[in-house]
Amino acid sequence: MVAVATPITNITAYIAYFSLIWLALLTAKIPPLTVIKRSLIEIPFVAFALLMPFFGQGERVNFLGLSLYQEGINAGAGIIAKATLGVLSAILLSATTTAREILRGLEILRLPSMLVQIATFMLRYLNVVTDEMERMSVARSSRGFDAKGIRHWRVLANSAGALFIRSYERGERVHLAMLSRGYSGELPKEEREDVSPQQIALGLALPLLALTSLLISILIL
Amino acid sequence: MPEKSLEISGLAYAYPDGNQALFGVNLSINQGERVALLGPNGAGKTTLVLHLNGIIPTMQGQVRVAGEVVDSKNAESIKSIRHKVGIVFQDPDDQLFMPTVGQDVAFGPYNAGLRGLELERAVKEALELVGMNEFIDRPPHHLSFGQRRRVAVATVLAMKPEILVMDEPSSNLDPAARRELAEIITSLNITLLMVTHDLPFAYELCQRAVILSAGVVAADDEISRVLSNKQLLTANRLELPKGFNL
Repeated sequence: MVAVATPITNITAYIAYFSLIWLALLTAKIPPLTVIKRSLIEIPFVAFALLMPFFGQGERVNFLGLSLYQEGINAGAGIIAKATLGVLSAILLSATTTAREILRGLEILRLPSMLVQIATFMLRYLNVVTDEMERMSVARSSRGFDAKGIRHWRVLANSAGALFIRSYERGERVHLAMLSRGYSGELPKEEREDVSPQQIALGLALPLLALTSLLISILIL
Repeated sequence: MPEKSLEISGLAYAYPDGNQALFGVNLSINQGERVALLGPNGAGKTTLVLHLNGIIPTMQGQVRVAGEVVDSKNAESIKSIRHKVGIVFQDPDDQLFMPTVGQDVAFGPYNAGLRGLELERAVKEALELVGMNEFIDRPPHHLSFGQRRRVAVATVLAMKPEILVMDEPSSNLDPAARRELAEIITSLNITLLMVTHDLPFAYELCQRAVILSAGVVAADDEISRVLSNKQLLTANRLELPKGFNL
């Protein structure tokens, strides 16, 4: 939030944000290579942002013989900087917190229980469904199928359809199993562990430091 | 007279599409008995099992669990029935739907109202019974098939059911896992109804066998007598494996 609200022209603040998030990533002992690999997901946005300086209006600047729009540069740089910050924070969260803990956190933050339940089941059955998909693909290639062109899409579409139906039927069987054990619309909540003040302080440290660096950079300018 | 865990009388059922699956089934099981429910595919075994805890509402006839009538219109009674009848389904992936083994075993007792230490103890006890205590925090997809089957058994044992119902418990297990499961089942002191095609497995574990065929009980006797009646077996598409002698 702090980062989103900062104008891109405040470069000092952004430098501070990046140092903070990398500091956090390093304290969490996440290998930098992992971080970089996972950041690759951002590339489409970067490509889009790089195009922005070529479109726009108003003030122009010359850079490497190209005539660019100042406004576009600002908007593009803003997208890149904010997206990178967002991706890095997401990596920080996903690498330090298990999916289960995130779900529990969402529940404590009062996300509707139905949504938490759906996410829980997705987490549980993702592997089951991908395994099933894998087996179907092995069965296809065992009978000499090789998906090369548009003519094979029909087969793939049929497989996808079969997978949907299988998953749907599994859903029904799971529901039966849940009913058999007395399901009445609510999943058990884990006993809440007490959160110590230290943990809260640790959790707040990053956003607070970001806010402080924003204020400082405004004061300096 | 010994207590009856299960009493079924005149149970008939037709699916909404008009397909009739059960034509008047009568069956009664004493407390502590271990009974095998045999029969060819499509004989109505699964339909019968789903009647036991009111998932399929009774149309005609009556099902009683420990004396209590299964009435799917009465929400209170159906709740208590579902804790008395523990069904272990065929595919453990259908049965284990929570993120970890421990949470899954806790699901039944939690719905029964257990909380805190009591809940924890119920989970530990159930996992102890199937020898899976050390896997309590593992996600189910990291376990082998046999281990998942054992956890599935624990999920219903945690509810302390009056009767344990197992659908094809030995299917897809390797021989060692099949033997381990048999050992676990023998160690439990519980009424058991086991649906299976695995006749040697049934012979090992059950004293009594019931053959369900085309929606009626075709035989109900001591298991050794049922399995040695070749004519009866052939008539019901059942066969002992080659080389297997009673």
